[in-house]
Amino acid sequence: MTRRTSDHSQPITVAISGSGGSGALTAGSILLAAAQRCDRYGLMMRAAGPQVRGGESVAILRIGPTPVTNIGDRVDLLAALDWRNIERFVDELPLDSDSLILFDPDSGPIPDLIAASGAEQRGVRFANQAKAQPEGRANMVAVGVAGSAIGLSLTALSEAAGEILANKPVETVRATQACISAGYPKPALAAETAPTRPARRRWRLSGNAAAGLGALRAGVDFVAAYPITPASEMLEWLAPQLERIGGNLVQAEDELAAVSMLVGASFGGVPALTATSGPGLSLMTEGIGLAVASETPIVVVDVARGGPSTGLPTKSEQADLDQALYGLHGEAPHLVLAPLDVGDCAFTTEWASRLAERLQTAAIVLSDQALGQTRAVIDPPAAAPPVPGRKRIDQDRAEQAPSTAGTAGTAGTAGTAGTAGTAEESPAKTAFARYRQSADGISPMSIPGEAGLTYTADGLAHDERGTPSSNAAHHRAQLAKLADKLSGHDYGDAWARRDRGDDYTHRNGSRPISLVTWGSSWGAVQEAAMRLREQGVAVQTIALRLLAPLQHEAMRRALADSEVLVVEINASGQLFRYLHAERVLPSAARSFARPGPLPLRPAEILNSVRELFGPPELERTEAAAISGAGSSRRLGGQA
Amino acid sequence: MSATTTPTLRARDYLSDIKPIWCPGCGHFGVLSALTKALAYLERPKEDTAVISGIGCSSRLPAYLDCYGFHGLHGRALPLATGLKVARPDLTVIVAGGDGDGFSIGGNHFLHACRRNIDLCYIVMDNAVYGMTKGQASPTTPPDWTRSPLTPNGPGIPVFRPAAIALAAGAGFIARGFSGDPHGLSELIARAILHPGFAFVHVLSPCRTFRPDDQSDWKQGVHPFTDRARCDAEAVPALRVDDDGMGIGVLHEADPKAHSGPKDTLADADRAAAIDRIEAELEV
Repeated sequence: MTRRTSDHSQPITVAISGSGGSGALTAGSILLAAAQRCDRYGLMMRAAGPQVRGGESVAILRIGPTPVTNIGDRVDLLAALDWRNIERFVDELPLDSDSLILFDPDSGPIPDLIAASGAEQRGVRFANQAKAQPEGRANMVAVGVAGSAIGLSLTALSEAAGEILANKPVETVRATQACISAGYPKPALAAETAPTRPARRRWRLSGNAAAGLGALRAGVDFVAAYPITPASEMLEWLAPQLERIGGNLVQAEDELAAVSMLVGASFGGVPALTATSGPGLSLMTEGIGLAVASETPIVVVDVARGGPSTGLPTKSEQADLDQALYGLHGEAPHLVLAPLDVGDCAFTTEWASRLAERLQTAAIVLSDQALGQTRAVIDPPAAAPPVPGRKRIDQDRAEQAPSTAGTAGTAGTAGTAGTAGTAEESPAKTAFARYRQSADGISPMSIPGEAGLTYTADGLAHDERGTPSSNAAHHRAQLAKLADKLSGHDYGDAWARRDRGDDYTHRNGSRPISLVTWGSSWGAVQEAAMRLREQGVAVQTIALRLLAPLQHEAMRRALADSEVLVVEINASGQLFRYLHAERVLPSAARSFARPGPLPLRPAEILNSVRELFGPPELERTEAAAISGAGSSRRLGGQA
Repeated sequence: MSATTTPTLRARDYLSDIKPIWCPGCGHFGVLSALTKALAYLERPKEDTAVISGIGCSSRLPAYLDCYGFHGLHGRALPLATGLKVARPDLTVIVAGGDGDGFSIGGNHFLHACRRNIDLCYIVMDNAVYGMTKGQASPTTPPDWTRSPLTPNGPGIPVFRPAAIALAAGAGFIARGFSGDPHGLSELIARAILHPGFAFVHVLSPCRTFRPDDQSDWKQGVHPFTDRARCDAEAVPALRVDDDGMGIGVLHEADPKAHSGPKDTLADADRAAAIDRIEAELEV
């Protein structure tokens, strides 16, 4: 075997490719499930052709002994079931002279595009070996070969196949296991890892499922949504789970309806969430503004894809940040958060939902295809930090104007006494000041069913009771309240994931480097930082989980006296522009920004760091693996 | 919820202390009055009633009631109400709005609310004009109406036929009322509220300001709807031909089959246990 595949102390990247019906993705799923059984970590991305069903596809897995945060720089092992349309995936498959290609000599010669990598080539007659088994399948022979190459035991592969194919007839599962066994070399290609039962349980799930779990953990009991790639799996995961916990999911006629359904459910006191992608987010923006203005909590998870317009539905890009921050008309302060990895989809979605409930506002959660549709083996994600629940009128009774106490005279008016003012003229009328000012800007809220606290929520500018008003003082007061309640909240430490390594100091007269990023780019950034540290460069990573409201002071403190590089996957440097506009970056800060849809690779960041800052510690040997995959540039007036 | 402690309410007890912005003589006053009469007749506790609207003159209605209310987005009253009713099946949810809100910008939601058959009472106050934006043609404005400078030659397209379209889309209860007949209208609204599914009440509600000439004869024009036998889903083409759009009464009432009944919500402990089970399934 090659240097890379025989060393199991390092993560290994394996790709399985094949044309429609060849089962490359099923093979990948079995490998990932086996890795989970062998006490490994891993993740699996997929790339597919344009067909709705059954087109050519590639499963790319990175498996390792420690948590795997990104897909890495290169492919160590490619198992090609056949070569049809392989040119579509050349960009996704960075092979080099250290790589190994296993291919079926019966499916024709290796295409020049692939052979040009200089990778070692080895013929394995997948289809022919499969034919020896009744119902045999070439992809399962490849599972045996590839599984062995990355050190997964035959037992684990067999168990995993049984799980992934649980819905198939028992004969099919047996045939599959026989094929895996036939493909599994004897002796094994690498020292195999027997299935173990790790002391800490380990999970296997997609980012979309993790986000759904976060919603459930936060108490979300209502989901309304319109199907859209790549968010649909989150909804399909949630639908049966909501049924189990007594919640509801409504498939709406469009996104305009979905977002208003959330507002209605939440007005009724039930935490509500939707998932969508860019085009759906565009349609929802008016409704998100209504949630902000009427102070009705909702959560919108945007599993972003490449844009503009219909864009790249099946591929990733971090290009919706501008819209999430600025897309609402008028001034509508709201929350914008972004999960940093597959497991963090649970943490961040839970936190966003709890914050939205507490702050009576809309939260946009910026996941993306690279997180949502990646399946990973991870440690169970932590629960979000506790946030007090929705501020209800009874919790707030002590804060109520004392003058109203004792004015209740008739049945049903105990709550009516909430505020004074109109009692003389019409004692039976409710005058609950739903939108009254309070010390923390959060107005106590009633929900339908509570007697004496009726009110009409409104998207029109309104006074404290919610009565429409175009009075300048009312407008100013309500606008200030919307902003203050967000900026006044204490978000604690969860606003970013920060890592300074063991030795973040000035050295040799050069300043340490801060890598600032957000969302799905975190994985490659943290690996780049690790490699930089191995070479003696002082570097910290700051990955923003809470993008709005921005934690200005904490950011400035964290970035003080360092060289700053802002890393993201979009063409215009959206985070970089935002941080500059908000004056948290030193003026010499730099931007690494390139469009999707290719996954961010650590070497791109290393290249960029070397070009921009040239830390003397960084040897020029690193990072040559990826040429031209990324570009570094300055934006705005920073050139 | 508090039905046992609430004293019998009169119609006017359902009114808030906010004065309507409607013009003198506006048909919507009659609808407001009819709605409060229906609520009093049905003895609905104010706090268990929610009135949801979109944008437009008629959509101002929730603020004039002393119930829970939501004045939401133009065209999106039905989805907002759908979310509320699915999440809170214990509430009486009434949706109110105008012809532009319901049939133009919200037209798609109207079709799907009819199909979805959630237990809502949807009252559309149809004056065949956009009042709040000062008199433009709406989907129910005749093609030859030339009084709007936006369409000086008239809208020129056939009118939207709300009852026939609701029928074709599967609405289980369809009624037409007249704002000048608040008593009859309150009866229709009460029946619509009692119907356990989506119930559509199309109300002819004249606009004195922008349609002063065309709609003054509605009082004489309305008559009882008698062609009930024809009003089933199979007879949609016949309805389009035979109905003059002025017949009032219950046009259609199907066997009630509500989409969702009240659902048991899990106690917190059960919910937490269910989530634990979901998480356990993510392990090997």
